Amino acid sequence: MANLAKLSLSEEEELMYTDQLAAILDHARDIMALDTDDLSPTAHPLELRNVFRPDVEAASLSRDEVLSQAPASEDGRFLVPRILGEAP
Amino acid sequence: MGALIGLGASAIAEMVSSKEISALEVTQEHLALIESHDKNLNSFLQITADAAISAAKEVDAKIARGEDPGPLAGVPIALKDNLVTRGLATTCASQILKGWKPPYSATVVEKVSAAGGVALGKTNLDEFAMGSSTENSSFGPTKNPYDLKRVPGGSSGGSAAAVAAKFAPLALGSDTGGSIRQPAALCGIVGVKPTYGTVSRYGLIAFASSLDQIGPFARSVKDAAMLLQVIAGHDPKDSTSLERPFPDLISNLDKGVQGLRVGIIDELIDGAAPMVGDALMASADSLGDQGAKVEHVSVPAVTYGLSAYYLIAPAEASSNLARYDGVRYGLRVEGQDMNETYVSTRTKGFGAEVKRRIMLGTFALSSGYYDAYYAKAQKVRTMIIDSFQNAYDRFDVLLSPTAPTTAFELGAKAADPLSMYLSDVCTIPTNLAGHPAMSIPYGLGENQMPIGIQVLAPALGEVNMFRVARAIENAAPTITKGLFWN
Repeated sequence: MANLAKLSLSEEEELMYTDQLAAILDHARDIMALDTDDLSPTAHPLELRNVFRPDVEAASLSRDEVLSQAPASEDGRFLVPRILGEAP
Repeated sequence: MGALIGLGASAIAEMVSSKEISALEVTQEHLALIESHDKNLNSFLQITADAAISAAKEVDAKIARGEDPGPLAGVPIALKDNLVTRGLATTCASQILKGWKPPYSATVVEKVSAAGGVALGKTNLDEFAMGSSTENSSFGPTKNPYDLKRVPGGSSGGSAAAVAAKFAPLALGSDTGGSIRQPAALCGIVGVKPTYGTVSRYGLIAFASSLDQIGPFARSVKDAAMLLQVIAGHDPKDSTSLERPFPDLISNLDKGVQGLRVGIIDELIDGAAPMVGDALMASADSLGDQGAKVEHVSVPAVTYGLSAYYLIAPAEASSNLARYDGVRYGLRVEGQDMNETYVSTRTKGFGAEVKRRIMLGTFALSSGYYDAYYAKAQKVRTMIIDSFQNAYDRFDVLLSPTAPTTAFELGAKAADPLSMYLSDVCTIPTNLAGHPAMSIPYGLGENQMPIGIQVLAPALGEVNMFRVARAIENAAPTITKGLFWN
């Protein structure tokens, strides 16, 4: 799970979380026994529908202000470490 | 202590508007009190004294020019630090947002300022609003102003403690599973979670988007109504915000409770401490005396709220918090490649509880477990909504304790996450249903700590909810215990 969530755990943390998450999931067993076959799932309290705004131009956030808060940027873009390996 | 400390928001707005006092002196007195006493309470992460003073001067200047200063004229207000403020550090009490200054402000922050409110600073919280005691803040816990050895509740513990300590008459918080109502109860003040969609979430840093809602803290029901009135309303920047006009709470506040049908939720009394149960019954009796029809009601599915919530909220959080990857804002711990950068940044930046919930949510959503956990919890969510609907066919509002106990001691539940989660058992079902609910203080327990009563209403039922809250407030024993500084 930690790997999927892009987290790295020490051995000690692994043991702690394994116990704690097991206790929480154990508590959740009370709902596993419920008969919910006839119920549809609720993902959201409101009846969701697509929301559109009129197609008119409006100002967006200032690019410079946004980039000034990034750990690294260059030429108007976010700068990140290398993603791909060396070219052959 | 200044003479203006302890005045409510409505009194301050009235006196400032009529030039009896200036917004500047109100602001200065509150800042001075915070300056001398917040080191013991740790309710603020950042105090924005200069900005507050210029905002107050602007209110006074408007009044001098004969312009309308707005309904919150000169009223000091504290903002939970998960509401973004342009150019002012916003941390969510996390190391991962260290140094970040947002490029925009939340809609609620803009609305409060346009209404003449004076923001004093940003308040402490459990990291990313995940917790019930404010002990999960990476900047140290906030204390309870009635007993510094106890927690203020959470996650909006800084906002609740600041209002209870009279550092500000008003504050904003956010409530995903009880994070406004539970700390309001533990600190002896009023806290409101409005109907989902009533208040724009634009600029509220997301925890669980289908549950999160912003709401007010105040020391009276009327002041809470006043602030909710200012922040409610449609916002095109939040696609889940409701387009209905928000009703006038203030003019309905004192209509009494004659004929209103009030149901006491049996299932939520069972797990409560006896002193909390006694206070609930006393508040119910007082509603009966004032003409309400009070009966017990069973809402069986609420007992499953906790289990459903601790699958749904972490699932949504694991997705929402994927954005903290060291690319666009805040902390970056550089690794050999991009993947290593993600992992090192998140491992260093997130605290223990946030990691716990991200992993729980990742599990609930993972292939092979999705149907058994996440999908099951969503069906139970439907069951809870149906169970409430049955009760609201017969009742206008429902009553329960806000929290099963009064404020517990710092550290008491820190090592056992499940016992901490249980302190939200009464508040969680409301979030799952998207309904409104609020907490009203009802005297002290035998341990001399405040008790909160929760009033719940169906979606859009705020008018009746506030009428009942006001009636409970009228009957509630006054809290005579002194604060830590007096």
